[in-house]
Amino acid sequence: MLNHFSDEQILAIVEENGACKENLLYILLKLQDLSPQNYIDERTANLVAERVGLSRVQMYDILTFYAMLKTKPRGKYIIEVCNSSPCYASKADRVTAILEKELGIKVGETTPDGMFTVSYMPCNGYCEIGPVIRVQGRTHGNLTEEKIKEIIDGLRNA
Amino acid sequence: MSKAVSLLTKRVGKINPQSVEDYVSMGGFEGLKKALTMEPMAIIDEMLEATLLGRGGAAYPAGKKWKQLYNIEGSPKYIVCNGDEGEPGTFKDKILLRDDPMSVIEGMAIAGYVFGANDGYIYIRGEYRLIQAAFKESIEACKKAGFLGENILGSGWNYDIHVVSGAGAYVCGENSALLNSIEAQTGRPRIKPPHLAEVGLFSKPTLVNNVESFADVPLIVNMGGKAFYELGSEGDGGTKLVSICGNVNNRVVAEVGLGHVTLRDLIYDEEFGGGIPEGKELKFFHMGGQSGPIGFPEQLDTPYTAKALKKEGLSIGSGALVVLDEDMCIIDYLLKVCEFFIHESCGKCVPCREGNKQVHNILTKFKNGVATEADLELLQRLSRTMTTASFCGLGQAACTALDCCIKHRRAEFEAHMRGECPHCFPKE
Ligand SMILES: Cc1cc2nc3c(=O)[nH]c(=O)nc-3n(C[C@H](O)[C@H](O)[C@H](O)COP(=O)(O)O)c2cc1C
Ligand code: SF4
Ligand code: FES
Repeated sequence: MLNHFSDEQILAIVEENGACKENLLYILLKLQDLSPQNYIDERTANLVAERVGLSRVQMYDILTFYAMLKTKPRGKYIIEVCNSSPCYASKADRVTAILEKELGIKVGETTPDGMFTVSYMPCNGYCEIGPVIRVQGRTHGNLTEEKIKEIIDGLRNA
Repeated sequence: MSKAVSLLTKRVGKINPQSVEDYVSMGGFEGLKKALTMEPMAIIDEMLEATLLGRGGAAYPAGKKWKQLYNIEGSPKYIVCNGDEGEPGTFKDKILLRDDPMSVIEGMAIAGYVFGANDGYIYIRGEYRLIQAAFKESIEACKKAGFLGENILGSGWNYDIHVVSGAGAYVCGENSALLNSIEAQTGRPRIKPPHLAEVGLFSKPTLVNNVESFADVPLIVNMGGKAFYELGSEGDGGTKLVSICGNVNNRVVAEVGLGHVTLRDLIYDEEFGGGIPEGKELKFFHMGGQSGPIGFPEQLDTPYTAKALKKEGLSIGSGALVVLDEDMCIIDYLLKVCEFFIHESCGKCVPCREGNKQVHNILTKFKNGVATEADLELLQRLSRTMTTASFCGLGQAACTALDCCIKHRRAEFEAHMRGECPHCFPKE
């Protein structure tokens, strides 16, 4: 599935968010959020690069440098498990195991129906409620098996 | 008597963070108003007397940094606030950015006034996107009220603050990498010198300070450098936000006067960490994020202040205090730390890019019970090479935790060589 936005729509989003270099990462994250498969496709990347005055090579460098930006399609919903040591101390491994069991995939994979991708992320600054996962940009903490299932069911029925 | 202080955090949870009225009702913008009546150099003198050691991790005296920039010719000058908060275990800047954003705005505005700047930038990590949005609202509210924007408080001076997003790169917290990131380049560090005070953002003289450092500025202007200094001790002025987490009963941000509490207080006092859950024993604690030192129970009575900690080979760093209980294996923990650095190394220089992978390989041998004395030596040699030859602070500090563990708990490495560890080699 390709990005369903037209060139004009993509450029309109770039304008709305202040088309300039200092807003680049913000704009790319926004476009990635809006894309159905949570990534920046080549067409989008080229359009943005041209608009803010970067070469395609520079744009590719940026897209592959920043961990939150992706150049390959992912699931509709991204579930990220924090695997930094403070969450590890708060038993983040259990969260990974529950997610893997519940979704039938390993970390790094996408469910066959294209609904969920599970991956690791480093500490995102919510260690006071670890272990945490981030789903669609929102952080959920103090996770129990029940709470994790609730979050997944919520997304399945969304 | 309570050892907790409430200065920097006095408004946290008590106001609507996007309301100028609320902020002003609790002393907000008094610092900026006072600053506008002062000579810039007089403000720098207060900063010098305050002995505020930068809160981002490197503990460089803020007053000194300000004075250096002040003496540099060139305009425009830029003010940059480092809100990347990437050190695992650190969540204190988040509290200020989310619950008292105007204190950061006020600090950045005072800096703007001192250096005659018209533009400030705050770089907030991509993971805090919801906070970025709220922070932008706060900026707009301050503009409407005349504390930011055109002709601030009738002074004829214009100053705006721009919010810039990160996108998941720990190394962008390094100040020169951060500037590259704002300029829409990959966030790899620059070679220094030239220092950022000379060649900074858009190649102009630039001030980079941490979120908490900026939030301290209005306090310093208000109470004076001397009073601020006296909140701390021994060349380490003011109060400090400590992010306490890991295996403790209360995972909180605590505010304390520097040198007025010990590590034991922070981990065990009811008003701070509240001790270790399920009555377990403390095994070690990790300070200042992944790049910081690891301490052990015999060091618990060290006062929480730069000088005393340094004597113990410890440091405050970002203000993280991650507590680990008896169930944590040191090797296992160090592997996690190492994985973080492998993930975050920007790849620019060999000692860091390859070194971290080699450290991981050798630590894995310990975990599998196949390491020898030679491996322990190799680890130490690798650590020395990475510390001395890496291009930036990331690689230079990647082995800090490892070094502490080898120094204080060599026996645990040796036990792993013999295949002894209840965690890695369970009996049944
Ligand atoms: C790898 C690396 C990551 C860093 N991350 C941060 C960070 O997330 N936040 C921060 O304020 N400083 C960070 N620093 C320190 C900054 O380079 C710089 O010293 C600091 O922003 C200066 O502000 P301060 O003097 O007010 O602390 C980092 C340094 C290194 C080497
Ligand atoms: S030490 Fe070298 S490879 Fe590591 S982050 Fe710094 S510049 Fe990049
Ligand atoms: S370690 Fe997981 S959020 Fe900080």
